[in-house]
Amino acid sequence: MRRLAAALILLAAPALGQSVVADLDQSDVSINSTFSGSEILVFGAIRGGAEDLSVIVTVAGPSEPVTVRRKERVGPIWVNAAAAEIDEAPSFYAVATSGPLAEILSSTADLRHAITVPQAIRAVGTRDPATFTAALIRLRTESGAYATREGSVALKEGTLFRTDIPLPPDLTEGDYSVRFFLTRGRAVVARYETVLAVRKVGLERFLYVTATERPVLYGLMSLAIAIAAGWAASAAFGLIRR
Amino acid sequence: MTIYLPIAEIAVNAWLLLGLGGLVGVLSGMFGVGGGFLMTPLLFFIGIPPAVAVATEANQIVASSFSGVLAHLRRRTVDLRMGTVLLIGGLAGAALGVRIFNVLKAQGQVDLLVQLCYVVFLGVIGALMFAESLRALTRSRRGAPPPRRRRRGVVEALPFKMRFRTSGLYISVIPPLAVGVAVGVLAAIMGVGGGFIMVPAMIYLLGMPTKVVVGTSLFQIIFVTAFTTMLHAVTNQTVDVMLAVLLLVGGVIGAQVGTRLGTRLRAEQLRILLALLVLLVCGKLAYDLLATPSELYSIGGPGH
Repeated sequence: MRRLAAALILLAAPALGQSVVADLDQSDVSINSTFSGSEILVFGAIRGGAEDLSVIVTVAGPSEPVTVRRKERVGPIWVNAAAAEIDEAPSFYAVATSGPLAEILSSTADLRHAITVPQAIRAVGTRDPATFTAALIRLRTESGAYATREGSVALKEGTLFRTDIPLPPDLTEGDYSVRFFLTRGRAVVARYETVLAVRKVGLERFLYVTATERPVLYGLMSLAIAIAAGWAASAAFGLIRR
Repeated sequence: MTIYLPIAEIAVNAWLLLGLGGLVGVLSGMFGVGGGFLMTPLLFFIGIPPAVAVATEANQIVASSFSGVLAHLRRRTVDLRMGTVLLIGGLAGAALGVRIFNVLKAQGQVDLLVQLCYVVFLGVIGALMFAESLRALTRSRRGAPPPRRRRRGVVEALPFKMRFRTSGLYISVIPPLAVGVAVGVLAAIMGVGGGFIMVPAMIYLLGMPTKVVVGTSLFQIIFVTAFTTMLHAVTNQTVDVMLAVLLLVGGVIGAQVGTRLGTRLRAEQLRILLALLVLLVCGKLAYDLLATPSELYSIGGPGH
């Protein structure tokens, strides 16, 4: 809340065009054993506010290359026949806006700032990129990883705004970039960026780090746990029978 | 109660995992199969990434087989000598299988080949077992003595004969070694323990008595799956111990129940039940390959 206060103080300063200051209600998301999704509150203020401004907020998870495959009928069975490598696709991507995207953002501005979901995906060296990218977006939208929520940003008197971004339970660890765009006349007039750290904690962190950094130890530990549990249950069952 | 799996990176209902483990555990104890051929597709179905499902399943089979093998050792229904010969073949086969798996993965066709393997092996074995046990069942109903198992001429003629006292066999070590290798390869490719192929091979090919088959196959499976778990943990980092523990807590209890259920049922009934189960899984997988999929596209990560 201190940062919000700072943002409000900034508002009092003489306006030199528009700028945007924003923050999240939490700077990190902790994934523990009982993590089942979360929701972050995003809020901010527009300096030099005016009535005709619109706000767009994007939250992007870490990007990685993905392979999209398409099944085709070969003889009687369906097999993966065609595949496309998408160079970069975020594991999570959410767009929240204060109004309909078509009305507040031009395609040139979208292209330049890579705001909407299709722009967040890079498929340069891909054959027939449109169909495979569309399929990727459809699949990830169905699973809740990608979301476009138009009109979900509440804008008060052209200066204060807030929105809630739901995070799904199957979140990937990494630094999530949160971007804020101020648009007027379908062009971006100001932007601001911050980072949301998504981290595994506690047991989750210990297991993940051990598995990736000390795989032999992790493998032996997994086997030991499995055998111990197997033996213990067997012994316990034997005692109950006796 | 949902629980976040650190390696699979998804949140799953813990009771669902415990239930799945228990169900497959009962079958594991009853039939001496690791249950992987059921569990692995079930894990795909609830959204676990295939690479994680296959690797974790190997770890879980170790546990469910361990309690099973202890129960069998206590009742002296394990042929340790035969088990060791099968194991030597199995380890070599698993190493070879992982190589084959990686080559197929590079070509992007591993899913299809895994599915085809399932359909072909489950179909053939299920049909053979079903026909055989049905015949045995009608024969025993009529009260006629069970016929002596016919031995294959080729198996008889092979060199390096060895006496397997527990099984009451004097046969060449080549067939059990070959069975071990085949099971090891399939175990690594299909992400299963391989009991569903080893049990019939032991009965019909090696001519082992049904009562030692289950314990001996569990004995081999436990070591081969432990080896596979290590290979996956070291090369792909896809073993999710959290998932494995949940599955095995249900699984070990289920296996104990299953082992006791198994001793109450007659061998023919046991075999006919297993045959039906194998055919059921086969039919479902075949249907998935043949039916027009509702979604033609799928996402694969960079590594898997």
